[in-house]
Amino acid sequence: MNGVLEETLTTIDDKRDDHRTRAGRWWYQFSKNPLSVVGLAIVIFVVCSAIFAPWIAPYPEHAGPYVNYGEANQSPSTNHLFGTDVFGRDILSRVFFAFRSALLMGIVVLAIVVPIGVTLGLIAGYFKNTWIDTVVMRITDIFLSVPPLILALAITSVLEPNLTNAMIAVSVMWWPWYTRLVYGMATSIRNEYFVQSAELLGASKFHILFREILPNCLSTILTKMTLDMGWVILIGASLSFVGLGEQPPKPSLGTMVSDGARYLPEYWWMAVFPGLAIMLIVLGFNLLGDGIGDLFSMEES
Amino acid sequence: MNFSRYLIRRLGYSIFVLIGLSILVFMIARLVPGDPARAALGPRASEEAVEQLRSRLHLDQPIYVQYFYWLKSLFQGDLGESLFTRRPVIEDIKEFLPATLELAIFAGILMAFFGILFGVISARYSNTWVDNLIRVFAYLGIATPAFVVAIILLLIFGMYFEVFPTIGRLSAWIDAPPKITGLLTIDSLLTGNFAAFFDALKHLLLPAISLSLGGLFQEARITRSSMIENSKKDYTYSMRAYGVPERVVISKYLFKPSIIPTISILGLDFASLMGNAFLVELLFNWPGLSRYGINVMLRKDVEAIVAVIMVLGVVFTVVNIIVDIIVAYLDPRIRLVEKGE
Repeated sequence: MNGVLEETLTTIDDKRDDHRTRAGRWWYQFSKNPLSVVGLAIVIFVVCSAIFAPWIAPYPEHAGPYVNYGEANQSPSTNHLFGTDVFGRDILSRVFFAFRSALLMGIVVLAIVVPIGVTLGLIAGYFKNTWIDTVVMRITDIFLSVPPLILALAITSVLEPNLTNAMIAVSVMWWPWYTRLVYGMATSIRNEYFVQSAELLGASKFHILFREILPNCLSTILTKMTLDMGWVILIGASLSFVGLGEQPPKPSLGTMVSDGARYLPEYWWMAVFPGLAIMLIVLGFNLLGDGIGDLFSMEES
Repeated sequence: MNFSRYLIRRLGYSIFVLIGLSILVFMIARLVPGDPARAALGPRASEEAVEQLRSRLHLDQPIYVQYFYWLKSLFQGDLGESLFTRRPVIEDIKEFLPATLELAIFAGILMAFFGILFGVISARYSNTWVDNLIRVFAYLGIATPAFVVAIILLLIFGMYFEVFPTIGRLSAWIDAPPKITGLLTIDSLLTGNFAAFFDALKHLLLPAISLSLGGLFQEARITRSSMIENSKKDYTYSMRAYGVPERVVISKYLFKPSIIPTISILGLDFASLMGNAFLVELLFNWPGLSRYGINVMLRKDVEAIVAVIMVLGVVFTVVNIIVDIIVAYLDPRIRLVEKGE
């Protein structure tokens, strides 16, 4: 009885595999964990609200230097779901627009950091136990010897505080994580047979690093990138919290929280809602990153 | 035993890293656009006075010469003068560092203790409602920035229920204990001043919880997964097969190997804790080095910025050494193997 049932189930599974594309199978695996789906939904929501902010924000003009003291300090209501700030600007609208600079920060920083960090990690890992390995990894250690937020704060403060410099500062502090991650993988992959046979065939170093070793690191790098989107955005919000990020009147989540914190507890909504918005972004990318990580580890096994 | 050799190598390596950090920080400090001497004296100072200060600070010499002058004075215990508070930076640090240390140590203890505790509970009762509850809190706790936690705690416990103080380290009506270590809780205990001890503890609680929450749940997650992984190994099965009670299996055989990964990432979590202290100290008006650090950063007080980062770099390095020693103590493979590939 049991045997028959099992057989039937396997045929169903096989058929399912036959009919579904690779993407479909991925989605099937991914969606088995509801938390991953929640993460994906949050990320899609945040990205869409950033892109379509001018159309979905109830008061798009409030994202700039708008002042209307008649509407100031209003608690959350149907007119202003998140309330208004001391200048009478709708906080919900400003949160939508703040998603833009937050996401921009994450994308730009990762676009700078990942190529640099990954390349250095590949080189250092492939040339393990040579002077290249020593130099690269010791410099990496120096950058990791102080909490990243502290040095990022220092760099932005000695430059001019604005969004561009905040991105530069965070990038300076972030590449070593990718170098260390890829270094660990590259040192073990370089001993695999396929790398050795490429060497025997006389493949160029460039080919070995980027065509043989790199593809085997991609899933881990992608997972880390997804998680890091959240963390970079958080560090950007921390910088703007102390006034070292995007400058007013442009809305940024960190500035909104620190400005609002001055009016606690009477006008609690000014700090709490932007704060929860930061949490939502980090949570979304965390859940999505975990889901993607699980997916890759299942693919491999 | 190789332990002392391991330790010496570890210490030597830390010194190398700190020297590297000092070069890095020194270079960052020179990124400041404009002339620091002019910035310090203001636009109305005479060209002569600026020139004088410039040569006093060796700003007219090549950067590597400047670095060695700076290193020399560093070893003489001279961290320069804060150009804005007009005090030796070392005095500022002596005044503000203990408050930050007290907060960071307290938060670190909370993080390690409750992180491991929640992790063990979660693993022991895995896939029950207790486990699920802890895991939901873990997701939220990890994703919530420390300064947002701080604001929510301030609102609820500081302002709505008014059960905890919201600013400073000690209430105005409490006599501060004499300064021995600078850590108020320890000083008040040493002098037997229990009123001050409990007051200081009350002041510590909210900022410490805000700082520890993210790391705490990270630790809990790692403890949980490594305990569950180890509990599927053969040696635990045989213990259970012998009829050893689950409580004993956990406390005697599972606990020690399972917390090694947790302890190893304590250093990383402590790093983010120290970074977040910069924001949380601002919110709680905590008179610590991090709040001082933000103030000097916003004023581009270069000597002070460099000193704050170096001091925190040293603190972080010491924490990492302690973490490595604990891990080496727990994990004989690290202690005994000279060098693994």
